[in-house]
Amino acid sequence: MLGIALLVFREVLEAALIVTVVAAATRGVPRRSVFVGGGIALGIIGAVVVAACMGLIEGSLGGVGQEVFEAAVLLTAVVMIGWHVTWMSSHGKEMVQQMQRVTDSVKSGSSSIAILLAVVALAVLREGSEIVLFLFGMAAGGAGKLGFLGGVPLGLAGGVAVGFALYFGLLRIPLRYFFSATNWMLVVLAAGLASSAAGFLIQANLLPAWGNQLWDTSWLLTNGSLVGQAVHVLTGYEARPAGMQGVFWIATFAALVAGMRVMAWRMAAQRRQVRVVQQRGVDAGAASAATRGA
Amino acid sequence: MRNWFWAIVIGFAAAAAMAGAQAETAPEYHLVLQNHKFEPATLKVPANTKLKVLVTNRNATPSEFESADFNREKIVLPNSTITVFIGPLAKGSYKFFDDFHQATTGVLIVE
Repeated sequence: MLGIALLVFREVLEAALIVTVVAAATRGVPRRSVFVGGGIALGIIGAVVVAACMGLIEGSLGGVGQEVFEAAVLLTAVVMIGWHVTWMSSHGKEMVQQMQRVTDSVKSGSSSIAILLAVVALAVLREGSEIVLFLFGMAAGGAGKLGFLGGVPLGLAGGVAVGFALYFGLLRIPLRYFFSATNWMLVVLAAGLASSAAGFLIQANLLPAWGNQLWDTSWLLTNGSLVGQAVHVLTGYEARPAGMQGVFWIATFAALVAGMRVMAWRMAAQRRQVRVVQQRGVDAGAASAATRGA
Repeated sequence: MRNWFWAIVIGFAAAAAMAGAQAETAPEYHLVLQNHKFEPATLKVPANTKLKVLVTNRNATPSEFESADFNREKIVLPNSTITVFIGPLAKGSYKFFDDFHQATTGVLIVE
């Protein structure tokens, strides 16, 4: 039972951490729970489908189907997070202002939120398909009813509990800094996912490693430990990363930061323009009032 | 913008081709999962060499070949074989295991 609980816990934890960051980043958006819940539901359906088709996925592409599939899922999530954070850097300030005025209603945001639904779905799909295959194996291997009825809920509850703990921890961030904090978390998360994708492509021999060990910090924090695993999900931490993984991490991070900066700069320029036009209107009005008065 | 996109695509294709060319020379090693044991449980391989490791699962249930030490994970369905490229690794011993059956472990001795 504990074996089942532990594996379910580990996989649920990975998905839960990503879902948590997304949930925090969409705080205050109307119908957010529908989006997040929908993403989880889609992910679970996807996980079952992927698990059922695992043989097909693996058999395609000359035996590297699994890696290519994982990398494609991860990179899709990276692109979607990238879209969201650049969009946020143009609308984030408005969101904070609106939230400060009416805490629970933000009009804008739905289009970008729909994209984050996909990120949630992909995270659940990846981890969920492993759980499905594992449980299928356990059932076929003759694990007892007790193992399932005890282990699965226990692992699930544990993983979800850690997710909620992180969520309520994040809520303590002052509102002023909240969205920039969650945005940075998303940027780092995306960089980590890109690095993991590179890892799979190296494993498939589709990318050169460019040095198999950029550094070795396994004495400090191994990827096998629970903390190491959590840090890995949130930041892409590897105790022994390949050079190419470092390249992917830095390139993704740099691209998203540049995207955010450009969008923020553009929005600021637009606002300045609007202000100038409004000011002109006010001036013109004042002038005409003055002539009428005279 | 579009030029950049193609430059990146071509870059990756070239890198993939280079990696593919390397693969031709990667020596092959075989691991078999049977009765939830790795056979052999200790695999000796050369240092600083890229390895092609084939893992065959003869159990009736799925497994996941995984190693935190050399950073690999891949699901192995029942009665099937997967290919994993590992390394080049520095000298030392690297643990691997079946993530779905934690008691099933093995060691890669790189020398």
